Parts: sequence; structure tokens; C-alpha cells
Amino acid sequence: MNKQDPKEILVDLIARFTEYSAKHLPDDILERLRALRAMESTDFARIVYDAMFENIDMAHELSRPVCQDTGVIQYFARVGTRFPLIDHLDESLRDAVLLATQRAPLRHNAVEVFDEKNTGNNVGYRIPWIETELIPGSDELELCVYMAGGGCSLPGIAEVLMPLEGYEGIVRFVFDRITTYGINACPPLLVGIGIAGSVEVAAKLSKKALLRPIGSSNGNLIGAQLEKRIEDGLNAIGIGPGGLTGNMSVMGVHIEQAARHPATLAVGLSTGCWAHRRAWIRIRADLSYELLSHREGRI
Amino acid sequence: MNKRIIRTPISDSDIDSLSAGDVFFLSGSLITGRDDVHQRAIKQNLELPVDLRDKAIFHAGPIMREREDAPGQYEVISIGPTTSMRMEKYEKEFIEKTGVKLIIGKGGMGPKTTAGCVAGRAVHAVFPGGCAVLAARCVEEVEDVKWLDLGMPEAMWVMRVKEFGPLIVSIDTKGNNLFERNKEMFAERKIPIVEEICKHVDYLHGPKV
Repeated sequence: MNKQDPKEILVDLIARFTEYSAKHLPDDILERLRALRAMESTDFARIVYDAMFENIDMAHELSRPVCQDTGVIQYFARVGTRFPLIDHLDESLRDAVLLATQRAPLRHNAVEVFDEKNTGNNVGYRIPWIETELIPGSDELELCVYMAGGGCSLPGIAEVLMPLEGYEGIVRFVFDRITTYGINACPPLLVGIGIAGSVEVAAKLSKKALLRPIGSSNGNLIGAQLEKRIEDGLNAIGIGPGGLTGNMSVMGVHIEQAARHPATLAVGLSTGCWAHRRAWIRIRADLSYELLSHREGRI
Repeated sequence: MNKRIIRTPISDSDIDSLSAGDVFFLSGSLITGRDDVHQRAIKQNLELPVDLRDKAIFHAGPIMREREDAPGQYEVISIGPTTSMRMEKYEKEFIEKTGVKLIIGKGGMGPKTTAGCVAGRAVHAVFPGGCAVLAARCVEEVEDVKWLDLGMPEAMWVMRVKEFGPLIVSIDTKGNNLFERNKEMFAERKIPIVEEICKHVDYLHGPKV
């Protein structure tokens, strides 16, 4: 009989989930990387993909973080208003980060601004970054953890365009950034684009776009077409794995949007590296769970 | 295929023999140094606590674990390369000041570092990004750590490595720069592709009436 405090069970579960996501890439990413690898033919592409897959296998076998940069940890929670531990969610996520950092171990990545000190435990002012969406009536928690390294966070950019720049302006904005900064960000990249009326909404949506499964499309038919056009166009440039040229460039292009102001056309861009450590879990009211992003995963 | 291995201390003839695009492996001494080490060495003009002459630095911020059985000693868990371009601002001066021969990182570096590589007879090479466990396997021993006050990612970790690689030469001593060349090519290819897409995205005014 388990008489452990439910809060402790939740913290332990989220810590194990967080640690697992640092060490194992999700199914959709692995599947896309295998497909992209098969499309490459040059020596450079072969050397880089061989290294990537050997690394993925070793991380799995040795239970070590796939990439040393385990990011400033971000959680995106869709929490039911009747989830029993809703009041303890933020605190549990912070405690889980402390635990996972020691256990995994994860790299210490939280540097306090102004003081310029690394906290040494991945918890800092407003960090882990937590975004919460309430699901009325539900008693479950759907939680996403995302670890973006510094490398794939560097290309991030957002700007408010004049509306007459049009969607052509958005296309140019994306291509300019991916063909310069994107090369160093561990391609093949997942490209997230946000379109909205102000800069912070566009930026946030560009990050949310990276959380969508590979192969999913924008809910608007025109948006889905634009995703496909940009994806095909970027692939035709042939950035290749590691930016060393090849036949392909990206794992996917995802766009998320919010209705805009008539006088502004804001665009945000976020990129995910090939080691896209993004995992989803569903935690039920009784704290049983289902790992949604890794079919064979055991945490 | 025979592995081409470069050993530290690295001689001028060895470093000159490497050309942009060559693949090789490193054995010997490898020391991490990234943003804060460059800041201290160049902007703050501090003396480095490790002699880098004829050795190799690694733009990397590793995950290290202190050994329970031997406090003060560390084992490497995960150590992939970080984005070298961040060090573009100071790398030329860093090469001049330290006499380092080989700079290992991820992605390209710019014209200033290229000039630094020519003047200082040094080479920039890349290790496949994200392949941190693979890199950790090439580390035989973590011999020392300096400037640990900077935190785990920014400290100088002194390691002995064996056949560390694959490494791909990105900038050679002749001034060839693989990534800058690629960037020019991508910029050229981009123009007609963007033009073509732009023909199809005039959504601004809704359906035409």
C-alpha cells in the first residue's frame, strides 16, 4: 500500500519524465531523422548522420543526455481545472527540475540576469519557464517539457512588419534567418513560425509551433499550404546535416497564428535542433500516466 | 579507411597539412573554453590558468559529474560542441595571445577568425553538433578544471582525449572557410526559391472579388 504524499509522487514522476526526455528523442523526431538520412548521399552527410545515430544509441544505452546542452527547462501545461494537484503544479515543476538536474545529471543552465551567476541547479528567477492553459472540467494534466539548447535558441527573432510587406515579407524574413543563423543551429532544424498582431504573441506562437508533432499541419488550409511551400523551399536550398550541405534542410516547418491587428503583421521565428527534446505526458487524477511522445518509453 | 590522427603538441607542418573539408581525429590535450573564458582572456586581459600553446581548445560546455569516491575529480557525462560563432568577437586575439593551434566547435566562424587562423597558423574544425555522448567516449581522463567559479558550462576543463572526432576542417591556415563558402551558396540558391514562393502568397486582401 502506497501512503506516499501525492505531491511527492507527482514531483518524482515529473522529474523522471524530464530526465527521460533529455536522454531519448521522441518517436516522431526519430522517424523523420531516419527518413532524412535515407535521402542524403554525400560523404559529409553520411559522416554527420552516422555520428548522430551512434550518439542517439549510446545515449539510450548509457542513459545519458543526448546533447550536453539540456537547455533552460520549459514546461507547457494543459491542466484540468479539476486536477487534484493543480494548486501545487508550479512548485512541483520547480522541485522536479532540482531532482532531475541531480539524477540525470543535467547541465546547469540558469544564469541570473544582472548578477550573472549560474544558480547551479537549473532553477532561477522565473525559471523553469512555465506556461499553463486551463482545461475546464478536466481532472487530468497534459504536460510538455522542452529543452532547447543555446545553439538552436540563437536564431530566434521576432519583428513587426508593416502589413503591406505582406506574407512575402514573412517568407523573406524566414529564409534570411535560416540560411544564415540556422546553419549553425544543428540542422536539420524544426522551424517554428508565429504570425500575429504583436511581437510577443508572434514569438510565443513560434515556440508553440515547435511543440506540434512532426507531420502535423496548420489548422487553416492556406496556412498548411504556406508551411509546405516554405518547407519545400528550404529543403531545395540543401543546407544538409550540420550545415555541411546535402539534399535536405529541415525536419519540418510549423506555423501557428493568432488574429492580428489591421495595422500590424508580426512574425516570430524559433528553431529546434535535430536533437529536439520535446516530450508529452498525460497524468491522470490518480497519478497514473501515459507517455504520449515515446511509444516504447518507460520512465 | 585509415583514420588521420593529429596529436598535441601540434606542429606547424601538421596544422598546415589540414585543408578545409578534411576529416581527422585528435589525440592528446583538449581544453574547453567558450564565452566567459574568451571574455576573461581578451576583454579583461587576464592570464589564462592553462597553457594552450600548440594545443587544442573545444568550444563546449560539458555535463561533468564529481566522483563520489574522489571529490575534486570529475567524469565527463556529455560533451558536445557549442556554437563557435559566439566566439567570433575575440577568437583572433585569443589565437594571438595563447598560441593555440586548433579550435574545435560547431558551425562556422567569420572573417575575423579566418584572418586569425592565417596569421596564427591555426585551424577551426567542427565536431558533429549534438553528438555529446559520442564525444564523451573519446575522453580518456578529465585531468583538471580551472575557473570553476564560472560554473560548469563555462569553466576550463582540461582533458586527455583519444581519437576525438570525427572533426571536419572548417577554416584552414590558407584562409579557406568552408561555412562562409556554403553560406554564399545558400544565399544564391535562396533568391529564385523565395521569388517563386512569393508568387503564391499574396493573401493580404482575401479572396479576389
